[in-house]
Amino acid sequence: MTILRVENLHTFYGQIEALKGISLEVNEGEIVSLIGANGAGKSTTLKTISGQLVPVEGRIDFMGDGIAGLPAHKVTEKGIIQVPEGRRIFPRMTVEENLEMGAFLRKDKAGIAESMERVFTLFPRLRERRMQKGGTLSGGEQQMLATGRGMMATPKLLMLDEPSMGLAPVVVEMIFETIQKLNAEGVPILLVEQNAAMALAIAHRGYVLETGTIALEGTGRGLLTNERVRKTYLGES
Amino acid sequence: MAKMDAKTNVGAARITPVKWALYGVLALAAVGLPIVFQSMHNYFMVRIFGLMGVYVMLALGLNIVVGYAGLLDLGYIAFYAMGAYSGVIIGSVGVKAFGQGFGPWAYWTLLPAAALVAACTGIALGTPVLRLKGDYLAIVTLGFGEIVRIVATNWSQLTNGAAGLPRAGQLVPSPAGQQWFMDHFTKGNFAFSSDLWWYYVIGLLCLVTVFFVRRLDNSRLGRAWVAMREDMVAAASVGINITTTKLWAFSLGALWGGIAGITYGYWVGFISPESFNFFESVLVVCMVVLGGMGSIPGAALGAIIIAGLPEIIRYVGQGGFIPGITASMGANIANYRYLVFGLLMVVMMALRPQGILPSSRRARELHPEDEAILEEESAEISSASM
Repeated sequence: MTILRVENLHTFYGQIEALKGISLEVNEGEIVSLIGANGAGKSTTLKTISGQLVPVEGRIDFMGDGIAGLPAHKVTEKGIIQVPEGRRIFPRMTVEENLEMGAFLRKDKAGIAESMERVFTLFPRLRERRMQKGGTLSGGEQQMLATGRGMMATPKLLMLDEPSMGLAPVVVEMIFETIQKLNAEGVPILLVEQNAAMALAIAHRGYVLETGTIALEGTGRGLLTNERVRKTYLGES
Repeated sequence: MAKMDAKTNVGAARITPVKWALYGVLALAAVGLPIVFQSMHNYFMVRIFGLMGVYVMLALGLNIVVGYAGLLDLGYIAFYAMGAYSGVIIGSVGVKAFGQGFGPWAYWTLLPAAALVAACTGIALGTPVLRLKGDYLAIVTLGFGEIVRIVATNWSQLTNGAAGLPRAGQLVPSPAGQQWFMDHFTKGNFAFSSDLWWYYVIGLLCLVTVFFVRRLDNSRLGRAWVAMREDMVAAASVGINITTTKLWAFSLGALWGGIAGITYGYWVGFISPESFNFFESVLVVCMVVLGGMGSIPGAALGAIIIAGLPEIIRYVGQGGFIPGITASMGANIANYRYLVFGLLMVVMMALRPQGILPSSRRARELHPEDEAILEEESAEISSASM
């Protein structure tokens, strides 16, 4: 079943048309990756879905409701949780407080405690550092925290914007493993990545963006073996 | 230590025996000192105590906007003016409509009205500046403060312009209850004055303010403010409504300005645009910053020091308390009081930027190691978004 359907999305930054008619879908249980070069419109797509940007044209349907143009907090209420680019944790809050903020819209104390336990099980490192300030964590730990904060909201769709950015290869691998684990628990994931090889390797399906339009789409494996993708995004000749 | 930081500022609220003793002494001083001054016939100091109370309310109100929500407001005095003007104007309309009998009740019934007017003014200011932050926000709020003052100066039919209110031949009525205290607590040489009565009313209002602001600090709204202050995008992504959260900060902050305003107007019995100039806004910001942003005891202490210190310097200088200092030398010292005050601000900000009694969280925010982290982080973000 399709849970997110984006149709013909057009978004502008001032005069510049960043998205020129993007259409994509996320189905239940899927990991969907958006790859592409800098400025292709990957992050803009996520930001438009999450309500940080307002589209000029197009539809965004989430579980049957039109959500295009809703403010960010309303989109969060619907269950679409974005883990923003650059992690954007709360630097002077402790790890635990950061996670509590993730559950801002929830009132079920027992459920919140349960979710936190789940985050700590998935990221044991965060449990060790639960009283440490977010800003003092390493880049990888901050990405774990940002992802964990997203999980605290019990997402119906988790959107990750460049989770591998600025992280060591070992850490990136670990983050991607966690994304797969989360997905295995039933959370659909929309992933934006510059690291095309890893993003396609874990994706059920993928889209390749070029200057605001969708150039290619297919299964993760299919795109990985596509000649054009191999040349342009995987650095093979 | 670590655990107590886990919730906004609850840690600071843990009361130890030492704190109890300290609060006891402070309460005793707050209740007793004005009586001592009154019985010494030092009416000037009694008035200074009342004034310090008014500024405590203002500083606590501004602390919501600046300290909690992290929005720099350089026109806060506009809300003070709105409270004072709406209180006095509606009061005189009320007396016309309901007769002199309404007079004594004007202050009591209009206290919530003035608070509401100020809160609505807060929303009126907040709505157009929703998208602004930092320097730009500060400049617009500064302009807003000036607009209110200039309107008060020029809308003569309503405000009587620079001549102030009430108009010649009218009086701001004394509130019900005041006369009773003055009659029953005047014993022999000791006169329970209207200033002393107002001082206690202001003191009670300060207590209400502290109670309310503390509840806010530990509330959901308080947590939303902290999150918004730290990172607006992240706050929105966890489901915080940035628009309403900001407007709550402006209106709840303004509300206390309005209460302070009507109280000042009915106490002093005269208001004019001169009382609400830009310098007053700056003073209130200084109180919050000097005391410690985001800290209730800090804001209160800042207000007491800044409102009280220049006057106390003047009083000590002129009073001949220090042997060898004559009245004329004292008058000279008193003339330098703003210099002393300015130096104090410079030294404080250089040596203790987090304020005298900082909130535990704000102290962390100004910790040097944090700055390093933040710089590194913002460099990372900006290089990544290139």
